[in-house]
Amino acid sequence: MSSNNRKKLLLMGRSGAGKSSMRSIIFSNYSAFDTRRLGATIDVEHSHLRFLGNLTLNLWDCGGQDVFMENYFTQQKDHIFQMVQVLIHVFDVESQEVRRDIDIFMRALKQLKRYSPGAKIFVLLHKMDLVQLDKRHELFELMISKLQETSEIYGFPDLVGFPTSIWDESLYKAWSQIVCSLIPNMDLYQSNLKNLKEVMDAREIILFEKATFLVVCSSNTSTGKSLDPKRFEIISNVMKNFKQSSMKLKSSFRTLVLNDKIYVSELSPDMMCFIVLNKSEDPQDLILENIKKARVYFQ
Amino acid sequence: MNELDSKATILLMGLRRGGKSSICKVVFHNMQPLDTLYLESTTNPTSEHFSTLIDLGVMELPGQLNYFEPSYESEALFKNVGALVYVIDAQDEYLNALTNLAMIIEYAYKVNTKINFEVLIHKVDSLSEDFKLDTQRDIMQRTGDELFDLGLEGVQVSFHLTSIFDHSIYEAFSRIVQKLISELPFLENMLDNLVQHSKMEKCFLFDINSKIYVATDSSPVDIRTYEVCAEFVDVTIDLQNLYKDQNEDRQMKSVSILGNGVVIYLRQMIRSLALVALIRPTNSSTSPANYDTSIESCLTVMDYNIDIFKKGLEMVWAHAKVPGTEMDHRPQEHYKPATTF
Repeated sequence: MSSNNRKKLLLMGRSGAGKSSMRSIIFSNYSAFDTRRLGATIDVEHSHLRFLGNLTLNLWDCGGQDVFMENYFTQQKDHIFQMVQVLIHVFDVESQEVRRDIDIFMRALKQLKRYSPGAKIFVLLHKMDLVQLDKRHELFELMISKLQETSEIYGFPDLVGFPTSIWDESLYKAWSQIVCSLIPNMDLYQSNLKNLKEVMDAREIILFEKATFLVVCSSNTSTGKSLDPKRFEIISNVMKNFKQSSMKLKSSFRTLVLNDKIYVSELSPDMMCFIVLNKSEDPQDLILENIKKARVYFQ
Repeated sequence: MNELDSKATILLMGLRRGGKSSICKVVFHNMQPLDTLYLESTTNPTSEHFSTLIDLGVMELPGQLNYFEPSYESEALFKNVGALVYVIDAQDEYLNALTNLAMIIEYAYKVNTKINFEVLIHKVDSLSEDFKLDTQRDIMQRTGDELFDLGLEGVQVSFHLTSIFDHSIYEAFSRIVQKLISELPFLENMLDNLVQHSKMEKCFLFDINSKIYVATDSSPVDIRTYEVCAEFVDVTIDLQNLYKDQNEDRQMKSVSILGNGVVIYLRQMIRSLALVALIRPTNSSTSPANYDTSIESCLTVMDYNIDIFKKGLEMVWAHAKVPGTEMDHRPQEHYKPATTF
């Protein structure tokens, strides 16, 4: 495996922002309720995650207490900020000290510019569920435009921000996009998926990573506007819950067929496909055979 | 005839802040348990109707009212009720609640001897396993004593340990609702037949809106199996809703195969009921090649058998609606079985 496939992700933010909760939900199958039991992260917690077979994510969950933070920016700065591919900075929406939050963000950017200027920056505005529904959008726009300004000063002009909450599907959306930005052969997946869609006369095909159920890519972007724009995240959420509950029967999830129209099945050892057909008259065997044949192209 | 009278009604009572509205919202409105923290205190009796296999009415009474004031029509209230569910907060001091309960039972029993009395020992999620049982024993003991003092030792009271944060509340409500369904023995019999002939391990007849099971076969209920089946109903509905066309009105059917060969099977039946079954194909030849075929043949048999079961269900239902055999609140007593079964 080439070292190119190892990606270093920094997960930063001030203490209590919800960094470890996110990590536990996305990568360790915690339910949102379980995250209450998590304690404070001491210093940096490393986790190595295999993603889509050949991609290894080194996730550095950096504890956010001021003592540790100070340490990252002074003594450990070359250790922490070297060879970073992605910085994920988490902001607590409810935080009282927004100034200090942004200050920390600026300091992180400063170090990044020096040690790994090519890094991608993602900002998560977390705990959005605590904000009133009608104020969420406004608050998000306000905060992001402010952060955009800040990061431009430090030479990272394309910052991407997401509103997130562990209690709904927004968390999956954010992480899907973060992880997808790291996958090298995305174009190949995309074109293969398009072919498969035509062969099967499907309405939509979505590829998921198997362990985390994050969306890797989907077949249609423009057609089918009538569909729920949040469907990917909803499916991630639903399927992950079901995977969890199949664990109660001491087993793992394999396939699901709904109304002879929606097929969820394994496509490769680390991918699941979610296929929605246009019509439901085709015999099941035929569809399953097609899926089997398609496996070769997604290894 | 008056529609309302034929409804099996569940009366939800208890002291204030016992968790009655939360139970209602979680079980019948799919509210997230944590959201119930923000519910306001209920001031008026609220009633709701659900049409599962039977038409079920759930009436919730505010805890702070005194039902023994002469102005209140409590007599009429208790007359039309099938089950009285009393909610006791297990995290709180419950002696007051027990006195209140005994008073209510005494009064209600005088008005209507056919009421099922159910006590929910609620909010047990924060109690340790030992303490749960101790609390239950204590409450049962004290209730028994109170009723004995009132000279009501013949009254049957059932107890359930519940919490809205797990599936125990659904389990308890399932048992309560089942007591109100007069066709239950036939349903169970039919399900038993189905299980025997289709290699099923367990099957439930779910109400898809509330995830209460109105009937199951006679093998013991494992709470884990129930949870998985209930979640499968959720998965099916959620996925179906995402890709549903407006004009489409199909019966749901979904099948999921798990890694160890267990099959979860869902078919929609009549009146927003769904049959969910857990099948473990007995593969005499354990080689993986025969594995898939054994599942396939198993499913074919299932489909056929379930079609028959569905017809049976329709017939039971048709007969249940014939005037004259109209539902009484209590099973077995006045109901004459349809001769076809």
